[in-house]
Amino acid sequence: MESKISQERAPVAQKPHKIDTTVTGDIGGLVDIEINGRPYQVPFGITILEACRRNNIHIPTLCYHEDLCIAGVCRVCVVEIEGMRTLQASCAYPITGKIKIWTTSEKVRKARRHILDLLLSEHYGECYSCVRNNNCELQTLAKEYGVDYYRFGHVDQKRYEVDRSSYAIVRDMDKCVLCKRCVRTCIDLQEVGVLEATRRGYNTLISTFMDKPMIDVICINCGQCINRCPTGALRAKDPSDEIWKAIDDPKKHVVIQTAPSIRVAIGEEFGLPPGNSMTGQMATALRMIGFDRVFDTNFAADLTIMEEGTELLLRLKRKLVDGDENVKLPQFTSCSPGWIKFIEHYYPEYLDYLSTCKSPQQMFGAVIKTFYAQEMGIDPANIVTVAVMPCTAKKFECNRPEMNSSGFKDIDYGLTTRELAQMIKEAGIYLPELPPSHFDEPFGDASGAGLIFGATGGVMEAALRTVYEIVTGREVPFKNLEITPCRGIDGVREASVVLENVKEEWKFLEGVELKFMIAHGTANAKKVMEALIRGELNNYHFVEIMACPGGCIGGGGQPIPTSPEIRKKRIEAIYKEDAELPIRKSHENPHIKYIYEKFLVDGPCGHISHKLLHTHYTKRGKYIV
Amino acid sequence: MPIINDTIFFDEKAHGEALEKALKLTPQEVVMEIRESGLRGRGGAGFPTGTKWMLALSAKADKKFVVCNADEGEPGTFKDRVLLSEYTKLVLEGMVIGGYAIQAQKGFIYLRGEYAYLFDHLNTYLERMRREKRLGNNILGTNYSFDIEIRLGSGAYVCGEETALIESLEGHRGEARNRPPFPVNTGYLGYPTIVNNVETFACAYIVMSKGAQWFSKYGTEKSKGMKLISVSGDVKKPGVYEVPFGITIKELLELVGAEEPKAVQIGGASGICIPMSEVNRNISFEDIPTGGSVIVFNKERSMLKVLRNFMEFFVEESCGQCTPCRVGNKKLLEGVELLEEGRCSHRYLNELIELGKTMQIASKCGLGQSSPNPFISIVTNFKDEIMSNSIRGNNGK
Repeated sequence: MESKISQERAPVAQKPHKIDTTVTGDIGGLVDIEINGRPYQVPFGITILEACRRNNIHIPTLCYHEDLCIAGVCRVCVVEIEGMRTLQASCAYPITGKIKIWTTSEKVRKARRHILDLLLSEHYGECYSCVRNNNCELQTLAKEYGVDYYRFGHVDQKRYEVDRSSYAIVRDMDKCVLCKRCVRTCIDLQEVGVLEATRRGYNTLISTFMDKPMIDVICINCGQCINRCPTGALRAKDPSDEIWKAIDDPKKHVVIQTAPSIRVAIGEEFGLPPGNSMTGQMATALRMIGFDRVFDTNFAADLTIMEEGTELLLRLKRKLVDGDENVKLPQFTSCSPGWIKFIEHYYPEYLDYLSTCKSPQQMFGAVIKTFYAQEMGIDPANIVTVAVMPCTAKKFECNRPEMNSSGFKDIDYGLTTRELAQMIKEAGIYLPELPPSHFDEPFGDASGAGLIFGATGGVMEAALRTVYEIVTGREVPFKNLEITPCRGIDGVREASVVLENVKEEWKFLEGVELKFMIAHGTANAKKVMEALIRGELNNYHFVEIMACPGGCIGGGGQPIPTSPEIRKKRIEAIYKEDAELPIRKSHENPHIKYIYEKFLVDGPCGHISHKLLHTHYTKRGKYIV
Repeated sequence: MPIINDTIFFDEKAHGEALEKALKLTPQEVVMEIRESGLRGRGGAGFPTGTKWMLALSAKADKKFVVCNADEGEPGTFKDRVLLSEYTKLVLEGMVIGGYAIQAQKGFIYLRGEYAYLFDHLNTYLERMRREKRLGNNILGTNYSFDIEIRLGSGAYVCGEETALIESLEGHRGEARNRPPFPVNTGYLGYPTIVNNVETFACAYIVMSKGAQWFSKYGTEKSKGMKLISVSGDVKKPGVYEVPFGITIKELLELVGAEEPKAVQIGGASGICIPMSEVNRNISFEDIPTGGSVIVFNKERSMLKVLRNFMEFFVEESCGQCTPCRVGNKKLLEGVELLEEGRCSHRYLNELIELGKTMQIASKCGLGQSSPNPFISIVTNFKDEIMSNSIRGNNGK
C-alpha cells in the first residue's frame, strides 16, 4: 500500500541501486565491464559491489548493509576505476557504462589499509572483553588486512561513559566506528529516529536528542540497531548473571519459556546455516543448564489467540449488534512490545485500537505465577520466570509497572537468543549435537498456530484459523490451513475472507467480509497508522503489526548478522515446522482446553483472564520530561 | 602576455543588457552561447558551465532548480561578497538566465550564515526585480516565470560542497552525497538542479551581454575569461582583483605589492602552498586552479604555524561522515604537533604524506579530497624549515 504522505528521509542519491531485471527492463540490458582484467556482463545500473558479489569477487565492506540505504561513508569498499582520479565507493557507484574496475590494485590496497588504520586508531576496547568478540566486522577486517600494529596510534583510555540507562540497549560509543548503520536503521528502516550523528568533523558522535540517556528518548527498544552494528558499540542489556544466580539458588524454582523464533535461529550462534530448527535440542540444553521447567511460549501464543480472537469477535458484536460507537475497529495486535511503545509515543490518541491482550510472554508469566504455582504447590514468590525472546523490547516490557497482575512480576528476566546461546556455550554444551526432548508439562504441547507467531503474518494466520472455525464451525478454506495471503515479506499486506453459513450464535456475521492487514517494521506500521488516520481503514477488522522487519524472527535479540535472505530462511523453517505439527489450531491445543476448564473458568475475555491476561497502555507522546 | 588592466565586472558601464538578450533566444541557444564562451565554474573545480547546464536542460523532470552557491567559506576568499553587495544585478540576473537556460521554475541563493547582513539588501533587490518584471511571473513579458528565494546557511564549510549544500537546503545535516547521481540529474528534492558559484552566474551574465566570442578572448586556451582573486596576507594592497586567467603568481605578487614573500597559498585552506621558486606558474585550470583565494606569507612567517592553522580548520570543518577526512585530518594535525615538538621522524612524516595521498583519492567529497593539499605541499616545499624548525624548538613568529 502506498502512503500518501512520504516520510522517507533517505535522499534519492542514497537509495540502494538494486536492479532485479537481468536482461531487459525499463533501464535496459546488460553492460560489458571489466573487473580485474576479466570481462563480465552485468545489468545496467547495478552497483559495483553488487556486480562483484554476483561474480564471487570479494570486496570488504563496513558501512554497507543490505537492509539499509547507501551511505558510502566508511570508504572501506573503495575500488579503482580506470581513468578516474579518485577511488569510488563500490557500494554506491552504479555501473552505467563500459568501465574497467580494479578491486585490489596497489592504490586500493593502500587506501583500505589506511582507512582501517584510521578506524582502529579511534576504536577503544579490547576484543576479549567485548560481546562481539569473534563476530565483529572491524575485527574481521583487521584480520583480513593483516593489521599487526597501530600505524596511527591507538586510544588508550575511555572517552565516553557507557549508557546503561535503557532496559534493553547499552551504548558504548568508545567502540563506535561511525558507520551510521544504527542511524540509518533508526531513521530510515524503522522511522523511529532516536539516533543521529551530532557535532561535526573529528568530534562527530552518534547520539540522542540533546544527548539524553536512552531511557529518556522515544526509543522503542526494537534493537534493530544492535543487529546491524558492525562492532560492540550497541548491545543488549544482558541479565544472564542474575539468571545464573537464580539457577544456583536451590530455593528458587526457575522456569524458562522460549519464543517461537528462537528455535529457528539459535543454530546460527553455533555455526549452522540459517533455517535449521533446534527445538528439541534447545529444550535439552535448557534442562542441562539447570532450568527447573522448560516451557514453550507457543502455548501462551495459543492462549493469546483465544483471548485476542474472542476480543475481536466481541468488538464485532458490540459494533454490529449493539451499535456501540465507542468500539474501535480495526483491532490492532499487541504482541510486539516494540510496536506498543511505538504507538504509545507516536500515536498516543489511537491506543484504543490496540487489543488489550498482554503479549504471550507476559500472559505466560502471569499463568506461571498463578495457575502453575497452584497446580505445583509452589509459592510464587520463589518462582523466577525467564523468557527467551528474539527481542530486546521484551526486556523493557517485562519491567513495565503494570505487568504484575498476579501480585508478582509476570516475567523476571527477558533473555535474547544471543544471550541464551552464550549461556549454553558457557555450560559447555554444543547445541546441535544434543538429543532432542520435549517441553515440560503441564504446557508441553503447543499448536502450529502458536509457532507461526514468529513470522510476520503469523498472528493473523493463527487468529484466522481459530476465529473462522469458531464462527462457521468449519476450517478456514485454505489448503493445509496455509493462509497464503498472510505469508510473504511485503511490508504491508492485506487480504480478506468472507464468513458464510455461520453458526446460529454468530448470525450477525453472515456474509461479512473479514478484512485484515499485516505490516512489519515500524516504518510500515507508520504507513498503516497514517492510512487509519485518513479513514482508509474504516472497513477493516484486524491488523497485525510487528515492530521488526520479518516479524519476530528478525527481532533485535536474534543472532547477528541479519539480512533479507537470513530472515527468509528462518521464516521457511517456521512454516515447515508448523506443517509437521499434529495440532495446527490454537483452540485444539488440549492444554488450552484444560486451562479454561480448570482455571480461567469464565472463558476467554472473562473476569479472571481480564485481570491476569489483559493490560492497558500509556499515552507517552514524544515529549519526555 | 595577458591583458591585466581590463576589467569586466568592475566597469559598470560595460555590463550591458543580458536578460533581454537571453530571453529572446531559445534555452538551447543560451546554453550553446555559454558553452562557446568556454566558461568554467568559478568555485574552484572548474566544471564547464555550459555542459552542466546542457545536462540539466536535457534531464526530463517536471521541476528543475537553480542554486547559487553563496556559501563563500574558503579561508581567504571574499570576492563573492563584493559581487553580491555591489554587483547584485549581475548575479541575480545571471541566475534568471541560468533558470531560463535549463527551464527551471525556482532558484535559491544559499547565503553563507556569516553574510546574513546581506539578506535584506538581496531581498530588496529581488523585490525590485519583481516590480520591474525581471523576476516572478512572465519575466519581461515572456512566457517564462522564475523566482528566487534566499536561504541562510549556518556556518558549515562543507555546505559549500554542492551536494552537502543541497542536503542542507532540504533541511538535513550538511553532508555530501554519493556521486553519481549528480545534481544535474538528482539534486534538490531529487529534481535536476544546477549549483553554480556566485561569480559563475555573474560571468554568465557577461557572456550573454557581450557574447561568447568577446568573453573568450580573455584567459588561456582552457581557462576563458577573467577571474576574481581575493588577496590577503603580507601585501601592501590586499583586496579583490580582477585578473585574466593565465596570470603568473609573480605578476600577481607585483600587482598587489607583496612584501618579501616566502610562500603563497593559492586556493585557500584546500589549495596548495608554493615557494618562491615556483612563482612563474600561473593561475588557470591548466596549472594552479583556484576558487579565488590567494594568501601571501612573508619570510617572517612560520610555515608550521600556517599549516597548523589550516589543519585545525579541517579537523573542525570536516562533516565527519567519511573515515579518511574525519580521522585523517586529525592524524595530520597530530603530525603537525609532533613536528612542533620536534618529535616527528622522517619516516612518520612520509607515512603521513602517504595518508594524505589516500585522503585525496578515497575521501567522499571534495573537502576531504583537498584537505591534505596544504599539508602535503607545505611539508614537501618547506621541508627544511619544518624539520629544522622543530629540532630547534623554535615555534617561529
